[in-house]
Amino acid sequence: MSDLVDELSVVDEALSSRLHERLVRDASEVGTLSISYRTVDSPIGTLLLATTSAGLVRVAFENEPEDLVLQELSSKLSPAILYNPKGLDEVARELDEYFKGTRRVFEIPLDFGLSRGFRRTVIERMVKVPFGNTRTYSQLAVEAGNPKATRAVGSACATNPIPIVLPCHRILRSDGSLGGYRGGLDAKRFLLALETK
Amino acid sequence: MKPFELVVREHSAAVFAVCRVLVGPIDAEDAWSETFLAAISAYPKLKTMDNIRGWLATIAYHKSMDILRSRTKQNHHENANEVTTTKFVHAANHEAIWNEVKSLPERQRLAIAYHYLAGLPHAETAAIIGGTADATRRAASDGLENLRKRLNREDWS
Repeated sequence: MSDLVDELSVVDEALSSRLHERLVRDASEVGTLSISYRTVDSPIGTLLLATTSAGLVRVAFENEPEDLVLQELSSKLSPAILYNPKGLDEVARELDEYFKGTRRVFEIPLDFGLSRGFRRTVIERMVKVPFGNTRTYSQLAVEAGNPKATRAVGSACATNPIPIVLPCHRILRSDGSLGGYRGGLDAKRFLLALETK
Repeated sequence: MKPFELVVREHSAAVFAVCRVLVGPIDAEDAWSETFLAAISAYPKLKTMDNIRGWLATIAYHKSMDILRSRTKQNHHENANEVTTTKFVHAANHEAIWNEVKSLPERQRLAIAYHYLAGLPHAETAAIIGGTADATRRAASDGLENLRKRLNREDWS
């Protein structure tokens, strides 16, 4: 009996991926796919990228477990999430160019939907710090309109949902030391070095 | 709530197997697609994650029945015009098993799909396709027995 049930249950890989691709296409078309994600390789490890229809909403480093990142997107934004590499081709291309040293400014649209309140104000200022430049946490606090909020700026950087593209690696301590980084200090050092070449 | 991608990965194959027994291998891709397209749209508003398999199986049932109804209409239409092509199972798939599945009584096909392929308890199968849990249990085992006889293969044991 179980052999017959097995025979009735067999679904091969090619068919599964064809069905998945069709679902991605159909759901994008009717607008029920809220978030697409994929991973890309980079010199600082595998990155997970997620986008909404508004723009890139999340970049996660290798040290952040994929299931937790997706779960966070699901509870904070929408559970209508699918693996959709094609939907992030443009983002992957710009990141690749950045790591190769041929891109200094990202042009992809961004979605700040994961940040609220003062943290959002901070990342909106942060995005204006140009390639190859740095700021201190307290300078950024002034620019964000709250000079006393250095510590809050620090935590806004530490929870930056779109690191690399939103350049929190360009924000340092007043004494010139690195401070923290979501992707680890080696990644921060790498990005700063990449931008001073 | 689980990201929908995980729901797809976990249930894709079982839902496809259900659709294939219900509508045949050719239309199964449409039935699967319509099921998951409806599911991703309803999913964010779903109240509970308790029985996702049963929820998907119920959507698959309705989508499959829609497809079968529209095929029947097409066939009537084609007959009226004396067109002899049949778009059903035979067209591209020659595997004997699907022809035999298609010729099973509908309740047996449904019971096999929901109990053996979707892994639902008999009571839940009964809730989707109607009848009692006992009757669906019999339909499932009779269906499989029938299928085995028709395929005339001793090695299914």
